[in-house]
Order: sequence, then C-alpha cells, then structure tokens
Amino acid sequence: MGANKKAQAAGACLAMRRPWRTGNTGDAIARVIAVGLGLSVLALAGLLIYELIDKSWQSITEFGPGFITSTTWDPVAREFGAAPAIYGTIISSLIALVLAVPVSLGAAIFLSEIAPPWLRNPFSFLVEMLAALPSVVLGLWGIYILVPWVRDPVEKSLGSHLGFIPIFDGPPFGFGMLAAGLILAIMVLPIITAISRDVMLAVPSSQREAMLALGATRWEVISGAVLPYCRSGLVGAVILGLGRALGETMAVTMVIGKGYNITASLFQPASTAASAVASEFNEATYDLYVSALVELALILLAITLLVNMIARLLVWRIARSPGVIRE
Amino acid sequence: MIISAYQRRRATNALMLGLCAVFAFLAVGVLVLILGFVLAKGIGSLNIDLFTEMPVPEGEPGGGVANSMVGSLIIIGIAAVIGIPVGIGAGIFLSEYAGHRLGDVVRFTADVLTGVPSIVIGIFVYGLVVLRMGNFSALAAGIALAIIMLPIMARSSEEMLRLVPHSQREAALALGISRWRTILSVVIPAAQRGLLTGALLAVARAAGETAPLMFTALGNRFLSLSITGGPIDALPLRIYRYATGPYSEQHEQAWAASCVLILTVFVISLAARLLLRRR
Amino acid sequence: MTIDYRHQPEAAIMGYEMRIEHEPEAPVSEAEALAAGMVIRDLNAWYESCQALRDVNLLVAPKRITAVIGPSGCGKSTLIRCLNRMHEVVPKARATGQVLLRGEDICAPSVDPVAVRRRVGMVFQKPNPFPTMSVFDNVAAGLRLNGLFVRRSQTVETVERSLRQAALWDEVKDKLNRPATELSGGQQQRLCIARALAVEPEVVLMDEPCSALDPVATLKIEDLMRELAKEYTIVIVTHNMQQAARVSDYTAVMMMAEDRAGEMIEFGNTRELFTKPKDKRTEDYITGRFG
Repeated sequence: MGANKKAQAAGACLAMRRPWRTGNTGDAIARVIAVGLGLSVLALAGLLIYELIDKSWQSITEFGPGFITSTTWDPVAREFGAAPAIYGTIISSLIALVLAVPVSLGAAIFLSEIAPPWLRNPFSFLVEMLAALPSVVLGLWGIYILVPWVRDPVEKSLGSHLGFIPIFDGPPFGFGMLAAGLILAIMVLPIITAISRDVMLAVPSSQREAMLALGATRWEVISGAVLPYCRSGLVGAVILGLGRALGETMAVTMVIGKGYNITASLFQPASTAASAVASEFNEATYDLYVSALVELALILLAITLLVNMIARLLVWRIARSPGVIRE
Repeated sequence: MIISAYQRRRATNALMLGLCAVFAFLAVGVLVLILGFVLAKGIGSLNIDLFTEMPVPEGEPGGGVANSMVGSLIIIGIAAVIGIPVGIGAGIFLSEYAGHRLGDVVRFTADVLTGVPSIVIGIFVYGLVVLRMGNFSALAAGIALAIIMLPIMARSSEEMLRLVPHSQREAALALGISRWRTILSVVIPAAQRGLLTGALLAVARAAGETAPLMFTALGNRFLSLSITGGPIDALPLRIYRYATGPYSEQHEQAWAASCVLILTVFVISLAARLLLRRR
Repeated sequence: MTIDYRHQPEAAIMGYEMRIEHEPEAPVSEAEALAAGMVIRDLNAWYESCQALRDVNLLVAPKRITAVIGPSGCGKSTLIRCLNRMHEVVPKARATGQVLLRGEDICAPSVDPVAVRRRVGMVFQKPNPFPTMSVFDNVAAGLRLNGLFVRRSQTVETVERSLRQAALWDEVKDKLNRPATELSGGQQQRLCIARALAVEPEVVLMDEPCSALDPVATLKIEDLMRELAKEYTIVIVTHNMQQAARVSDYTAVMMMAEDRAGEMIEFGNTRELFTKPKDKRTEDYITGRFG
C-alpha cells in the first residue's frame, strides 16, 4: 500500500475536519496578497490625486479659479496664471491631430485592407517602432533637424504666401507652436494607426463580402462597410492619441520655445502645461512658485484623465496584446 | 468629355487607395528619416570613450557619458525590481481572483493610469518621496519609473494569464492542488513567455522616459552608485541637458548617446516581439 | 448469441448486441456504500439561478464501476463534478445536499475541497496534460505540488507504479523526459489517468474519458477501467450506452426535466437496467426512441 494511502486512511478524516491543516491557509494568504496588489492600483490612483491636490493647495487657495483664466506668469511679482499654458496644450494637440489623423487613418486602412500579407507585418512593426522612440531623442532631432526646416522653408513660404491669415502671421522663429504640433503629430501617429488598424481588422469579413456582392469597388467597401462599422472605435483611437499628445513633455519642451502668451500666430514661441512645468520646476525657488507649477500639473492631469476615460469607454473592448503599443 | 459614373467610381477608388498607400509610406518614411538622422549624426561620435569616460567641464573636448549609463542601469534596475513583481501580482489578481465588479474597476483604473503624463508621475513622486527623504535619489527615480510600468505590466500580465486554457487549471485543481500552487506552478509557467514579453516592453518604455527623472534623479555630473544618497544621472537626462545647451561638443555626444539609447530600446522591443512570435 | 467485441470492435460500435461482460451483481447495499463507497443524498445544484440537478440520490458501490448515462444537457457532468467539489470552481455555482465518502459528508462547509480532491480524483473529457512538463513530471505533479516533501526515490517508484497501472509504462518508459504533448491522444489520456492515480485516491471520476479518442484507444481505456476497478471505485459519465453496458456494474440514468434541471430516473444493476428497465423513459432512451 502506498505511503499516501496509509496516511490517508489514518489521518484523512481528521485532516478533512481541520481545513487549515491542509494548506488552506496558503490559499487564504494568497488571496489576501492578490487582492492587496489589485487594490494597490486603486490606491496608487487615489494617492496620486491626493498628493497633487495637497501640493498645489497653496496656489489653489491663493489664486482661486482665476488661475485658469489669468495670462500672467510672473515669478518675480508672485503672480501666476495658467491660461497660455492650457491654450498651448490644446492648440498644439489640435495641430497634431489635424496633421496626424488623416495620415494615421490612411496608413491603418492600408495596413488592414490593402497591403498584401507579406507587407503587413514588417510595416506594422515599423510603425510600432516609431512609438518606441524615446521622446528626448525625438526632441533632439526636432531641435537640429525639424526646427530649421520649419523656419525655412515652411514658415517662410507660409508667411509670404498666406501671411494675411492670422495663424501664419509673424516672424518665422522655427521654435514655436507649429514645430510643437508637428512633433506631436509624429508622436501620436503610431498610436492612432495601431489602434485603428486593430479596430478595422476586427470588422467581420461578412460585412465586406456583403458590400462586394453589391458590386462595390475596394474603396467603396472600405468607406461604406468597414469605416462606418468601426466608427466609435476609430473615434476612440483618435481620442487616445489626443490623450497622449496632451501629456507629452520632452519633445514639445525642446521645440516650442518659451513664449508665454496667447496669440493666434502659430509661428510664435509658446508653452504647454507640460513644457512649462518641465522648464521651470528646477528653477522654482519658493513654495508658491512650486505650488503654482503643481497646480498646472494637476490641471493637465484632469484634462488627460477626462480625455482618456472618454477614449477608454469608446475603445473598451479592444484587447491589445503586449506585442503592440500599450496606451 | 463625359465621364460615366462607373469610370468616376473607379477613379475615386484608385485615388483613395493610392492616397492610403502614400500615407502608409509617409508614416514609415518619417521613422526612417528620424532614425537615419540620429544614426548618421551619432555614429561618427560613437567611440569607446562615450562608455568609459565621465563628462568634462563645458566647452572642453572629450569625455563621455559613462555615469549616465551606469545611472540609467541602476534606476531601471530598481524600477524593474519594484514594478515587475507588483505588476504581475496585479495581473494575477485581475485574471485569477477578481470578482466581476472589483475587477472591472481595477482594470479601468489601470487603463486610465497608463495615460497619465509621465511628468505628472514625476511630480507625484517628487512630493511623495523626494521631499520626505530630503534629497533626490536613484530610489525616487526607480519608484517613479515603477509607477509608470505598473499599469502596463498589470494589463499585459492579465491578458497573458487569461490565454492559459482553463482545462489546465481544472486538471491541477482536480489533483487536489491548492489554488495558489496551481497559479504558481501551472498557470504562470504556461504563461511565462508572454509575461516576459510584457516585462521587456515595460522596461523598454521606462528606459526612454525623461520627464519623471527630472524631478526625482535630477542629474549628476559625476558618477554616483548610491541608491538613496543623492542625485544620480541618467542617459535621457544627459541627452536633454546636452541637446539644450550651447556647446557643440556636447551636441555631438548627445547624438551619440541618442544612438545608444535608441538601439537599446529597439533591441529590447525586438526581443520582446520575437519572443512572442516564437511560440 | 453474444458477440465478443474484442475481436470485432465494429460490432460493439454498431451495437448489434450488447454483451454484458461480467456476472450479474447483487444490488448495491446502502451499508456497503456508506462504509467504503459513496452515498449521494438529495443533491441539488445550480449555476447562478438556473437549477442543473434536482434531488439526486445515488449509491456508489466500492471497487465497482458505476456509469451515469443520459442525453446531453441532463446534468451528468454537473453530477460528477459535485462529487469532487469541482462544481464550486465555476463562479456563482452552488450545491446543496450530502455527498458521503466513507460516511463523511465532503460537501460540508467545514471541509476543505483541496483535501477532498486528493481522495476523489478526476479524468477529464479532453486529455489535459500540463504542456510545460515532461511525462514524468506530469505524473508526479500531484505528488510534488501538495507541499509535502517526497523523496526522489519514492517519486520515481510512484510514477512507475502509476504508469503501469495506467497500462502506459511500456510505451513511455524511454520517453519519461520528453514533453507530454508528444504523446498521442490515447496515450495522453492514459497519462492523465496515471497522474490521477499517482495521488492514490479512493474514487476515480471519469467524465466521458473516451469521447475525444478513436475507437481503438477507447477500447484500451475500457480494458484499463476494468483492471482499475479491482483497486479503485470508479464513476464514469458517458453518452455512449454501449460503453456503459460493456464496462459498468451499475448504471444510473439521468434525464432533463421540463425546467432543464437534471433528475435521476433510474438506478440499478447494469444488466437488469438494460434488459428490463423499470422506467419507461429509460426504455425509450436505451432503445433509441429519443435522446
């Protein structure tokens, strides 16, 4: 008779009446640890919000809601206002979307509907590698390659031919809103492309077949059957891209110049909330200064959280494997 | 000349499809452009000194970024030690233990956390750790990067664990193996390749982050091996300082360092993808 | 005239004549089942709010083979999964009633299901060896993963014994370190049987163990079952009536009631049940009028 059976015959009855003896404590402990780790995610989110509010409280109480509308940023006079930074954040992200969304959608359509299978994988891989580029390297490239190009020929020709339009009015600095928008476009391109491609691939082929059977051209199948079907997913992809653009720091800081005012001209140096915090944090010498910068970060967090939540609710069930961008 | 509706449709078709192809090549072209420039500008300055020498005073030729590379390794090491186990643990919670409602809340929170700007995380850790400790440190920087890695690891681990077929768990449970041992000895080994991939990608992401390091590690001209003792340098930080400074020798080193950083991040990402594909 | 199915397996599959392999058994005595087998009393089971089993009462005779048959969806698998408390692994599933193993109620809340499953083993419909482990490690998995320290020599001994009991030893003795996934389907199922036997359970539950296998492999496993019944109590769920008739000593018939809950309509001696069923529904099912 095996050892196990002997032990069972002798002690089995007892063992079963005392579940804690049989290693059930192991399960209990494991459950506590697992739940704890899961809750740590929630705790992290809560702590994040609490800490930011706490460190910006001084500025919140000092300036009140006027902080959002004031355009003054004067460390010497101890007066701070976030309006230009918020304006810069929104405008630069909008420029990024205007430039990136058509290209991303086109590339996504190409990757999911048009490209032959042997081309699909390497292309997708390259697009995703673009997402893996560190922001600071992109910024370095931005300073020495992109900005000179923007200054001349882009801004020069835009200014001379279309200078009557306010957004193209002004001396061509190079560093400024336009360059920031361009570099943000490059950064959000891979995200929107990858998610849109996944969303389109998930459209059942029966939809395409139905359209084809009606005698549609390839493009009509795409625009008539595929795109409408995954409309909300595409919108979600764009909003996720927006979320990424809003929070992007390094590359933007390096090419946006350091202007702090609200102007229509895209050629002017500007600031985003992220770039303002990044540029000035290490120079903030007194508490109110730091607090104002933290409040800026808090506003940025609020905007990004809102945008991301909306996007998630739209793209909720698009499962992404870790081999692709996680965002 | 009157064009029939049919011909118009065909023309539109060709035009739009062509446009999509152009855009796709544009997207890839941008990547090639950037990579090409960085490599072209950086390769020339890539020499052994970069890896072995410390930075020299402004304006002087020579020197390297050895302290930055060492610093980056230390910081990423700390981040990995904290972030990967906690992330996988949260993933285990989501996949094996979570009830419907709590699981959805945690999952949603993790997804939203992945979108928090890294600069905000940097400020968070500045307040949480740096102010309390009284000094900048590699530990604070590691914690910041770990916080960035956590939600990514949690979601990717959860998905990899879910891929393990339920019949495996049942087979183990039916043998009288307790739940936690089933997870540890059956589920995790079955998912190990996917978990490793997730970890590599999270590390690749953290390696390229700069903003959080500005408020936690600060940067240091000299070599520092201390975890809690004081400011420490990191490769992305040094690239930033050199790139925004006026000295051309530093610009050259910034390009070379960027080459190293890009190649490292790409190699890790590539390894992760190959790992996943070889299954 | 009876057909020896061993030499003409097609006959068995076609069901020309159901040959009862062994001598007629006396009906199960409750005392015997209580002492050394299993007694199921008033078992009810639900998946969320949907009832899957209603008032099932069954006696499982020790060291005999009891078959549970019935049309699909009648709750056979649910019943068998209640016997080793695998039913509660499904979220929001619950069960009431008593399942007595050697007289002790294993469904009582104070009893640890992990301990129950060591004494009541299970073989699943689709072979599920652990793909990351070798043949040897698969068989040893139950031993190693219970936290008790087992000496290497004892493990080797147990693995060999289990593989011999599962009639697999000769085929895999040179391949013990190969991954388990290299074996054929029938071999994998026998590997799963060996794995279940390695922890020395008292009862072995088999949930349609042959339904994923080819006829030749099926017959091998049926032979195996008869050998195993000399030492273990076996409960097998099968949708194949011929198999139940060939292999089992006692048979329980289940049917789905109108509200989709499963009920046991008849239970008894296999030979009697198949030749002189008491319930009309049983007769209809056996003769193929429905189900």
